[in-house]
Amino acid sequence: MDHHTMSLTLQVWRQQNANARGKFVTYKVDDISPEMSFLEMFDVLNEKLVNEGSEPIAFDHDCREGICGSCSMHINGRPHGPWAATTVCQLHMRAFHDGDTIVVEPWRANAFPVVKDLVVDRSAFDRIIQAGGYISVNTGNAVDANATPIEKTHADAAFAAAACIGCGACVAACKNSSAMLFMSAKVAHLSLLPQGAPERKSRVLDMVAQMDKEGFGSCTFTEACEAVCPKEISVTNISRLNAEYLVAGLTVDK
Amino acid sequence: MAFTGLFLISFLVVHAGLNACIFNDLPVFDENDNGDMFNRAAHFMGSSYVIRIMEIGLFAGIILHIVQGFALEAKNRSRRSVGYKVNLGNRGSKWYSRSMGLLGTLLLLFLIMHVAHFWVPSRFNGLEEVEGKNYHNLFQRMVDVFQSPLVVILYVLGCISLAYHLLHGFQSAFRTLGLQNKRYIVLVQGLGTAFSIVVPFVFALMPIAFYFKWIG
Repeated sequence: MDHHTMSLTLQVWRQQNANARGKFVTYKVDDISPEMSFLEMFDVLNEKLVNEGSEPIAFDHDCREGICGSCSMHINGRPHGPWAATTVCQLHMRAFHDGDTIVVEPWRANAFPVVKDLVVDRSAFDRIIQAGGYISVNTGNAVDANATPIEKTHADAAFAAAACIGCGACVAACKNSSAMLFMSAKVAHLSLLPQGAPERKSRVLDMVAQMDKEGFGSCTFTEACEAVCPKEISVTNISRLNAEYLVAGLTVDK
Repeated sequence: MAFTGLFLISFLVVHAGLNACIFNDLPVFDENDNGDMFNRAAHFMGSSYVIRIMEIGLFAGIILHIVQGFALEAKNRSRRSVGYKVNLGNRGSKWYSRSMGLLGTLLLLFLIMHVAHFWVPSRFNGLEEVEGKNYHNLFQRMVDVFQSPLVVILYVLGCISLAYHLLHGFQSAFRTLGLQNKRYIVLVQGLGTAFSIVVPFVFALMPIAFYFKWIG
C-alpha cells in the first residue's frame, strides 16, 4: 500500500457563539496520512492551533465508529463528506488528494442553531422523539422472545428504519430543512411493530406537530436526504409517515 | 399541493384530449374538417352546465394550487436563513425537483397569456361564430394566434416547463398521499414519466402545427 502524505487547505466556518457573526477561516495542514479519519485530521489541526496559542475548532464527535450520530460536518457541499453511507468519523483522508481545498461548514438550518464553530444544537430532534417516538410499556418480567409474532418483512423494514442515528444530515441536505426522513424512520420503525400499535395514531400526530413547532420545513420529495443519509434510510418511510398521518388524522378519537 | 396537483393533472387529460381534435384536420384524417370536430367539442364544453360548474372548480383548484405553492415555497425558504458556501446541488436530487416553485411561476405566467389568448375572448368578448352554426370558431382563433413566431416559442417554452413540473409533481403527489408499495411506486413513476412527456408534447405540437401550416 502506498504511504504518502498530503498537504491540504481547509476553509472552516468559525463562529464564537450562537449570537456572533461567523466567517470562514483558511488553514493549511501538512503531513496528513491517507489512513487518518477526517476527524483525526481535525485533531492534528487542533493540536497545532493549541500549540500556537489559538483556540481549537469546536466540532461534535463521540463514538467515532459511525453509530452515535454526533459528528456533523458539511464537507465540500455534502453532509458527512463525499462517501456514500458514511459518517464523518468513518470518512478517511484517502477520499482526498494532495493539494485539495476542503470547505467545512456546520449543518445549516434555523432549527439547528450554531452553538460554536461546527457544533449545532440538535435538541429539536430530542423534543420530536419526546413528543411520541417511544412505546409505553410497564416493566416486568422479560417476555419470551417468540411470544409476539412479527412478520419477517415487517421486522426487516422496522430494523432498517431503526438504523437512523439522528445525526441530522437529512435536514442539512434538504433544501427545505425538513426533518421528515428522521421522523419517518422513527414512525415507520414503531408502526411496523405490534408493540407500537397502541400509540400509533397519537404518535404520528404529536411528532408532526412538534416538528412544525421546531421550525423544520416540509417534504417536497427531492430525495436529497436519502442520498446523503449515512444509514441509507429510505424515503419510502416518508410515504409511510404520510399514510399514517392521513389515516390518524381522519380516524383519531380525540 | 398533492390533491390539487392530481386534480389539475386530471384536467390536463381532458384538455389535451379535446384539443387534439384539431389534428382531425390533418390530410391523413380529414382534410375538409377545418377544425369542425374541435369547434364542436369546444362548444360542448362551453355550453354544458355540468362543465361550466366544473370550470369554477378548475379555477378554484388552480388558484388554490398557486396560493399553496407560493406559501409552501416561502415557508420552506425561510427555514434556512444562512445558506451554504458549497451546495449539494445535483449530487443529491434532480434540478427540477428543487425548482418546482420556479417552474410553477413560469407556468403561471404562461397561463395568464394562455387564458388571455383563448378563454377570455371566447367567454367575454364573443368570438366570431362558425358560418351557419351558433358556436365560436375557436379553431380560427388558434390559427390567428399561432401566426406569431414569438407566441409559438413562448407556448413551446410553457410546455417544457409543464413537462419538468409534471416529471416531479406526478410521482411526488402520490407519495405525499402515502403511496409506499414498491411495485406501485415503480408503476406511478413510469406512468408519470410517460405522462410528463406525452401530454406536453401533444400540447407543444399544436402551435407548431398551426405555425407551419400542417393544419388550418
